[in-house]
Amino acid sequence: MDLYITSYCLVRDNRVVVNDRLVFYQENILKFADFIKAVYQQGQINYPKFYKMDAISKLGFVAAELVLKETSTEGLDSGAIGVVLSNASSSLVTDIAHNETIKDRNGYFPSPSVFVYTLPNIVIGEICIKNHFKGENVFLISESFNARLLHDYVGELFENGRVDACLCGWTELNGDIFNAMTVWVTRAGFTNSEAGQSYRPLLFSAENMNVIMSHN
Amino acid sequence: MKPVYILNDNIITSLGFTTAENMAAIERGVIGIREVTDPGLYPSPVQLSLVDTKRLNARFSEILSALHKPLPVDSFTRLEKFMILSVYDALENQPVKPGDPATLFVISTTKGNINLLENRYKTLFNHKRIYLWELGRTIQHFFGFANTPVIISNACVSGVVAVMTASRYLQSGAFDHAIVTGGDIASEFVISGFQSFQALSPVPCKPFDLNRTGLSLGEGCGTMLLSVNPGSSPEPRIRIAGAATTNDANHISGPSRTGAELAEAMRRALAEGGFSLSEADYISAHGTATPFNDEMESKAIELCGLLAVPVNSFKGYWGHTLGAAGLIESIAAVSSLRNNLLYRSAGFDTPGVPSPISILAQNLRKEISMCLKTASGFGGCNAAIIYHKN
Amino acid sequence: MEELIEKLKKEVIAQLNLEEITPEDINPDASLFGEGLGLDSIDALELIVLLEKNYGIKIEDPKDGKKIFHSIRTMAEYITEHQK
Repeated sequence: MDLYITSYCLVRDNRVVVNDRLVFYQENILKFADFIKAVYQQGQINYPKFYKMDAISKLGFVAAELVLKETSTEGLDSGAIGVVLSNASSSLVTDIAHNETIKDRNGYFPSPSVFVYTLPNIVIGEICIKNHFKGENVFLISESFNARLLHDYVGELFENGRVDACLCGWTELNGDIFNAMTVWVTRAGFTNSEAGQSYRPLLFSAENMNVIMSHN
Repeated sequence: MKPVYILNDNIITSLGFTTAENMAAIERGVIGIREVTDPGLYPSPVQLSLVDTKRLNARFSEILSALHKPLPVDSFTRLEKFMILSVYDALENQPVKPGDPATLFVISTTKGNINLLENRYKTLFNHKRIYLWELGRTIQHFFGFANTPVIISNACVSGVVAVMTASRYLQSGAFDHAIVTGGDIASEFVISGFQSFQALSPVPCKPFDLNRTGLSLGEGCGTMLLSVNPGSSPEPRIRIAGAATTNDANHISGPSRTGAELAEAMRRALAEGGFSLSEADYISAHGTATPFNDEMESKAIELCGLLAVPVNSFKGYWGHTLGAAGLIESIAAVSSLRNNLLYRSAGFDTPGVPSPISILAQNLRKEISMCLKTASGFGGCNAAIIYHKN
Repeated sequence: MEELIEKLKKEVIAQLNLEEITPEDINPDASLFGEGLGLDSIDALELIVLLEKNYGIKIEDPKDGKKIFHSIRTMAEYITEHQK
């Protein structure tokens, strides 16, 4: 079965690339919080819950929204849209934030809105809530970006008719170092014609995901 | 698709270090949750199900000698000890070799070595040990697994998803065998977090009961050895017949109001196995004992038309063991399948969910051939898996 | 009371990360949940933490939260009554 990457998004350092187009660039490297806020605002995503998310969810959410802007989910059953994401550091940045709230016995105020984000799959929940995706979903951990793992997992979902479309990618944040890559995968025929973009779909393969990831 | 069989398994919890020990305790109605006063875990007393540390270290040291590994017991974290002991037990006298490239290794955990963030442990281990992939590598190297583990960290459905993932890889023909292990420890990190959610019960948790007020946290580990070759599988043979995940797309911590998404996962799992809804004859539920979770699960069961099917939650025995839960509860449910003995849902006295589901108030001897295991978690995730007796 | 209300508005905005909302946007009598500010169950728990952290007031039964956190004014009234 032929599957295609009909759009992709890269978020890293000081820039954002969507379908080979540089859509955001800052000369100076910003702190992650300022950077992602600037990308969110420029992307006109308009979703106030964004501000309540932890850093890793903001990263994954923005990378997902920018891919989804380039594609149409019309005609797809919400239960047949999957989300498969991965990273290396799980929710470590937020784990450390939660840990700070319980370090001191005299200032012991664990915060539910921090704690809830100490799971890597919460970003999947945020993406699903915004877009009403209800299909297969999983968060995988690997030491570094593993295109083969993602490809095989997602490929199986299509192969056995579990999904008709899937958001797939890597959303890594550790300290102020971050790197996100999302791709929208569909069967042949479900291309991004409606968005009217000139991007030519790539075959969904581990090799092509590595090519996208190594984009400069 | 190739059938995938369960060759062997292990459970480590407060109730014991093997599946047999755990199931014998559950059959007798032993509750492993108790009030624990340990300022290292929480400033005030809290209900927990804890693994016996003395026995853990003694058994671990035996394994190190048996494997001729001259390493200090404390060169491994608590969770690593759980996982190594559990995998070791599940592999004992089995034909599956870790070093075989056809053996897949899958790990399920939510927080891994999260206690290494605490000052008292920070200096004892390399800082990398906090990463889940490093936890995976540690276990991989200990046994000499040929393959880098696939690591699932998907909140409270992780264990079910890990078994599902292994099963899908095996069905596709990519591997012949799989070791699936899942574990989490009780930590100040997790206890304080659930306490901030006001989600912890002041008494051992009471899933599906009218007077339930929240969950009890537990720790533990479970391991399943899967194979496409039923060779050494004990009779009756149990296979994995279908599985699915869905997302509520509703709220990051609160479950669905309707249960429709969990119901959909249950339907899909059954359909994959070629079963009709009416063929389900036992449901091993998630049953955390938080008011909203149990309510949602009861609605999902009703939506599937399974009100008459016996249901239990094992969390009244060993608490909510997070990344281990889906595995150890699956193994316990498989034990029911093998022995035709369904276990009482501990903590349950008075029906307290909106849909009149059939909670097991007593142990029940019943001929059953299929079990539907479900789980739901933060992030809106749901998972369902079918275990079937040939 | 009015001083406390203004202080509370700022604290609620900070604690709940209501980035696009200013103190002027919040009507002290408007409902915080549902239609008002649209807060959810996690926000409710977060407000319990706020009362304990900033005012030393512990709410034992989360069900009481409904009344206490109805609006900024009901919060201010509760604080005035219960602060030692």
